[in-house]
Amino acid sequence: MNKARSNPLNTAMMHGALIVYTLIALFPVFVILINSFKERRSIFREPLALPNSESFSTIGYETVMQQGDFFLYFQNSMIVTVASLFFVLLFGAMAAYALSEYRFKGNMLMGLYLALGIMIPIRIGTVAILEMMVATGLVNTLWALILVYTAQGLPLAVFILSEFMRQVSDDLKNAGRIDGLSEYTIFFRLVLPLVRPAMATVAVFNMIPIWNDLWFPLILAPAEETKTLTLGSQVFIGQFVTDWNAVLSALSMAILPVLVLYVIFSRQLIRGITSGAVK
Amino acid sequence: MNLARIRWHIVVFLAPAVIVYSAVMIFPLFNTLRLALYTRIDQERVFVGLDNFRTLFFDPIWAEQFWNALGNNFWFFVIHMLVQNPIGVALAALLSHPRLRFAALYRSAIFIPTILSFVIVGFAWKLILSPIWGIAPGMLDWIGLKSLYAPWLGKEEYALTTLALVSVWQFVGIPMMLIYAALLTIPEEILEAGEVDGVTGWAAFWKIKLPLILPSIGIISILTFVGNFNAFDLIYAAQGALAGPDFSTDILGTFMYRTFFGFQLQLGDPHMGSAIAGAMFAIILIGVCIYLFGIQTRMRRYQL
Repeated sequence: MNKARSNPLNTAMMHGALIVYTLIALFPVFVILINSFKERRSIFREPLALPNSESFSTIGYETVMQQGDFFLYFQNSMIVTVASLFFVLLFGAMAAYALSEYRFKGNMLMGLYLALGIMIPIRIGTVAILEMMVATGLVNTLWALILVYTAQGLPLAVFILSEFMRQVSDDLKNAGRIDGLSEYTIFFRLVLPLVRPAMATVAVFNMIPIWNDLWFPLILAPAEETKTLTLGSQVFIGQFVTDWNAVLSALSMAILPVLVLYVIFSRQLIRGITSGAVK
Repeated sequence: MNLARIRWHIVVFLAPAVIVYSAVMIFPLFNTLRLALYTRIDQERVFVGLDNFRTLFFDPIWAEQFWNALGNNFWFFVIHMLVQNPIGVALAALLSHPRLRFAALYRSAIFIPTILSFVIVGFAWKLILSPIWGIAPGMLDWIGLKSLYAPWLGKEEYALTTLALVSVWQFVGIPMMLIYAALLTIPEEILEAGEVDGVTGWAAFWKIKLPLILPSIGIISILTFVGNFNAFDLIYAAQGALAGPDFSTDILGTFMYRTFFGFQLQLGDPHMGSAIAGAMFAIILIGVCIYLFGIQTRMRRYQL
């Protein structure tokens, strides 16, 4: 083994640098979480101390529960995210299959057309999107958000999924055709199960930006009954600026679902990024 | 064409994606660019050609705001390029070290800020930097630098840089992951060949690894550019639509939002909002074209 590459001093320095950066990354989250469980005076007196029997308090959470409709917001975010992911995956996989499996006139052009949206952010079209949603009566409904996020997610989904679908063996599909299966059955029964890992990658990539988006909920669905968790916590915190217990608790409640999702999906996410799906 | 020869399954497979994508993304994009050519006079939509853009670029009141937002946006981007991407590359270089223990743990932990929403990040940092709570001055006091503390988010000269650094803190995970992935694809033989020639440690990084990951750095740069030039959420969450203090943190996204929806005494104006969106579109398009034709094609790629 080469000496230069496993010098103990070097290793210690590397761990030192990584630990320092990890602390920088986690410190704000940690401070918010511990202080959300303290009573007001301890928040200010000893912001960095863990809550103990004396300073422990859930008054902030009680205020949040009474004042904000966080379960409704959470439910809205859930519906929007899950429905958008469903449509992105279904429509994206269907289009990717058409582009990668069949030769037809304009195949290339259609691929390029669908890829345009990878680089151009959908937000540029906001003015006209709002006008359209008002005209069709979809404004202040969750459908407006689902449609926008579906359109936003499709370009990258088609791009990634068609790369993977090219790798599915032709023999398998042809065997299906000889057995008299329709093109639809071949797609849903044979091809879709094989590209499941790629679908999971696409889903994880899309999930976080949709869940965290503030722009479209603010513009297309700001009504009380359609607020998402991100917009709901933004508005709530804006109203309770001076009630530090409530603000810290609201922040913690917004952090927790994402952290849970991350713990569940982090392996998938990291594998997706490092497998070069975005290159 | 013979109707019987149309393979309907292709149409069925393509139709949902093409319809949703065209109707909700492509059509509104061009419609917004079209709306930028109109204005509203007495409840009626009137075609005015490029007048809105003339107002935006040259009318004293509008131009001042526009160039301010554009300049701030460039500074926002510069900070990301100078701070976020080098830190990301450095972390990736450390993490990709072959015999490093706990690498997966560090990687997952450092990526956590990236998954949080701007609202959380904006408010969390606002609280931490706030002079009322006193965490930031308290910590500076520990290391004996209390005199350096200032209410950074409230001072015109620091606010934008502070927010840019908060955004860097949030997104450093993305360049880290992408560069890490690129570093893993470098074959061990190349590094060993370097070692035989006495190229190790720092020299190996600068002379062997860095040239090989340049294409990934290019992709990260263009992703950063597009992301920064349509940023909005963090500024809005931390400073509100007025992007205070005194518009010192105003970027194109917040400027467009304010113009489109109006604020305080100014009424919302969808046509001027569209004009700003048009300008953003042009800037992003120019950036992407510079990358695609100027940088990507000239970059040397090595066959591994």
